[in-house]
Amino acid sequence: MTQHLVVVGGGMVAQRLVEALRDRDVAGTWRITVLAEEPRRPYDRVALTSYFSGRDADDLALGDPALWDDPLVTLVRDDAVVTLDRTAKTVTTKRGRTERYDHLVMATGSSAWVPPLEGADLPGVFVYRTVDDVAELRGYVEKLSQDRVVKGAVLGGGLLGLEAAGALQALGAKTTVLQVGTHLMSAQVDLGGGEALRRLINQLGVGVRLNAMTTKIRPHRRGGVGRLELADGGRLDADVVVIAAGVRPRDELGRAADLSIGERGGIVVDDTCLTSDADISAVGEVACIQGACIGLVAPGYAMAEITADRLLGGSSTFPGADTATKLKLSGVDVASFGDAFATTPGALEIVWADPVGGVYKKLVMSDDARTLLGGVLVGDASAYASLRPMLGRELPGDPAAFLLPEGGGGAPELELPDDAGVCSCNNVSAGTIRGAVTEHACTDLGAVKACTKAGTSCGSCLPLVKKLMTTELTKQGVTVSSALCEHFSLSRAQLYDAIRVSGVSSFTAVIERFGTGRGCDICRPTVASILATTSPAHVLEGERAALQDTNDHVMANLQKDGSYSVVPRIPGGEVTPEGLIAIGSVAKEFGLYTKITGGQRIDLFGARIDQLPVIWGRLVDAGFESGHAYGKSLRTVKSCVGSTWCRFGVQDSVALAVMLELRYRGLRSPHKIKLGVSGCARECAEARGKDVGVIATDKGWNVYVGGNGGFTPRHAQLLAEDLSTEDLVRTIDRFLLYYVRTADRLQRTAPWIDEVEGGLDGVRSVVLEDSLGICADLDAQMDAHVDEYEDEWRATLEDPEKLRRFASFVNAPETPDPSLAYVPERGQSRPATLDEREAALRGEPVLVAGTTLEVRS
Amino acid sequence: MTALDVAPVQADVAGWTVVCRLSDLAPERGAAALLADGDQVALFRLVDDRVFAVQQHDPFSDAYVISRGIVGSRRIDDIDVPTVASPMYKQVFALQTGRCLDVAGKVPARGLLPDLSVWPVRVRDGLVEVAR
Repeated sequence: MTQHLVVVGGGMVAQRLVEALRDRDVAGTWRITVLAEEPRRPYDRVALTSYFSGRDADDLALGDPALWDDPLVTLVRDDAVVTLDRTAKTVTTKRGRTERYDHLVMATGSSAWVPPLEGADLPGVFVYRTVDDVAELRGYVEKLSQDRVVKGAVLGGGLLGLEAAGALQALGAKTTVLQVGTHLMSAQVDLGGGEALRRLINQLGVGVRLNAMTTKIRPHRRGGVGRLELADGGRLDADVVVIAAGVRPRDELGRAADLSIGERGGIVVDDTCLTSDADISAVGEVACIQGACIGLVAPGYAMAEITADRLLGGSSTFPGADTATKLKLSGVDVASFGDAFATTPGALEIVWADPVGGVYKKLVMSDDARTLLGGVLVGDASAYASLRPMLGRELPGDPAAFLLPEGGGGAPELELPDDAGVCSCNNVSAGTIRGAVTEHACTDLGAVKACTKAGTSCGSCLPLVKKLMTTELTKQGVTVSSALCEHFSLSRAQLYDAIRVSGVSSFTAVIERFGTGRGCDICRPTVASILATTSPAHVLEGERAALQDTNDHVMANLQKDGSYSVVPRIPGGEVTPEGLIAIGSVAKEFGLYTKITGGQRIDLFGARIDQLPVIWGRLVDAGFESGHAYGKSLRTVKSCVGSTWCRFGVQDSVALAVMLELRYRGLRSPHKIKLGVSGCARECAEARGKDVGVIATDKGWNVYVGGNGGFTPRHAQLLAEDLSTEDLVRTIDRFLLYYVRTADRLQRTAPWIDEVEGGLDGVRSVVLEDSLGICADLDAQMDAHVDEYEDEWRATLEDPEKLRRFASFVNAPETPDPSLAYVPERGQSRPATLDEREAALRGEPVLVAGTTLEVRS
Repeated sequence: MTALDVAPVQADVAGWTVVCRLSDLAPERGAAALLADGDQVALFRLVDDRVFAVQQHDPFSDAYVISRGIVGSRRIDDIDVPTVASPMYKQVFALQTGRCLDVAGKVPARGLLPDLSVWPVRVRDGLVEVAR
């Protein structure tokens, strides 16, 4: 019989519990009701800060949303549980809903702790816990910023306080962190690390006051908060205050129901996560396990897994908390793991500090200096992903080697044991990741992530996941070399640089210098694409013609029957009635099937190769040019109608889209590129589904990058805000060319951003801060592209030599391919199917004709 | 257009048919030709002016497109074998033998053979001739 599990609370740990239980409870023995206080589905609270850098609440969604459509799962939102009756085994919610349970799980989490402080209830004082807190804070700061520079103060210099400070700073507020203790992140980092951290935080423009105890929050004359008073007599002006002074477990239901409560709060559970009532478990931050509540997600996940296992008759127990943490703040790299304070008797500390570079690293080793017990990494936490899984294990060689800057020490390669945890958020071991490769045939990072869930929460382990995967693939003999193909051992990015620097401009020269043989269908189009931006020339110029895929060679899109489709450019989707009539008359004359594309233009299907020049002659005469629908190049810039017509538009999105499309038309790239421009935040152009999406604000343009539709849809992420049109164009110029130069063949912008050095932050620093010093070069390259653009169809029509390539047969140039056959459908023609062709051959009455089929509707 | 005046119907006694001038073929780029019996062949001229003829019909897509594929080479037993890749689903064929070297994860349509038929080709006096 199905039993009823009721989960109180709808946070990350509740989500994990439901996911784990539904995953393993194949027989459906448990029906689950989740009662959540917040009005939304469980979301990634750990990533709250990223909500400031342009992600919206939907981007914080956790796991597969289909979980909530499961018939055995009911999620009740916006309805907090107010009473628990252990005798009747029921819970009742604020809205009066009563659920009877067979087993109850308390997953109520924590609330932000607000110290009893005069003025803590003033408008402008916030906590930092939920999406709503963050949204309100953002709204408040944005409103104040309209007429002054906002001064922000954060009470609390812990993990959350620093993230809140980073968020305030990102909103343009001048921010100060007030820490009661002697140094920042005092729960995770020692004094030396705290000092290095303070310098890094200062470099972000955030002030830090240590030993600063706030005693009062004073209102401003205009209303809202105005000033902080400190215990040492000091004062600090502040228009907005974020209290990040710690969290308290939400154990009130447990207290009222007389469950055993820990000394410092929290519902006491044993190592199986059961409370003092055997029908009730507690998981996550509300659970007082092994004597303490733990405010981290990884131990919460572990408790969820244990509870799911126990509900299905398993016997797992809590192994002890993994309290490793990593600060998620752009530009400040901090990690702490294991026994960071060297409390183990006899523990040795190995410290490496570079005050100039703002780096402090410490490893805590056992008394024989061999076993890794913990560590603190500030300023450069790159070793975190590989060191953390080595906790409690012997490090090979001299531990100091792991602290030296990259390239300086030569730390030995770590071969992780199979049981070493790699992803602590999702509890994935090195062995599971190896298994994804060896047993589930995963060959890329995306597949390994989907298969194991490793790296899908905070992402800090991804470098290690990738390394493990690569090592495993190599062992299997799967070539993970970045070689382009058998003819080039260089990757596309390396080849691009080699060609650009050497200045070679023909395929023969390229392959003689950098490759072997005569190339193939992989490297030839790649070289053609590279040469298109390093030494621009017509696609059919000389030897270039022999490199092009048929689409680029005849400048049309090959379709399944060997005919082609034709797409004239319609910049920004703006077209005159005359233009529409011209396209319509061409389609009618040549019997072409017409369809509106997703990129706001018109596709004409069923053109024979020998008809292409005639069709294009007509289109060029009517003022059209190639739409490059066939190329790995800019496709379209989609736009909404914008402020010229729309009641809500704040900027002229069509004009910008037309300008951008004309600027980047013909730009050859590793894969197709699509842009979108929306005239207001309603986003009717769906710009965030594009490689580059531009959304108007009342101050300028926000630019998002790395979106796409297709097999793995991705929303574009915010690159920069409130840009002027001129800055916007330069930013897109550089973004596109940086992508063109460094992406793999057929790698779209989203996976490129995932893999390029530094991820999105890296792209931002290259494009906006010129961290590689290449921006002048990129700008010149884009200027050259714009100057040298010519319509490749017009140029082809003007050159009889190029037109010879469009003959249907070299010995009968005007004889159509006799194999082509079409049938009418919905007033147009389409390729005949095999059955229809065979029926026609048998003399059955099927209307099959060549491309000139007359369709009468 | 620069088709030869030679009609594509005349074959000499030995079975050789002139199809075009060598100069009508661009190096490393295919061209289709229509033979008298209605067969479509794909002609390929390499950089060393060797010419190959294989069937224009792509057994994997059932369309007449092989001449529009990308020419290249593949290293087999230390020899660079000239190849063409189908423009449709990227199967790779050896130009000399018609052998399918890489099925690219597909099976031929309608139970067709994966390999391409080949035609003997010679170049005489700048003219490309194909025999059956």
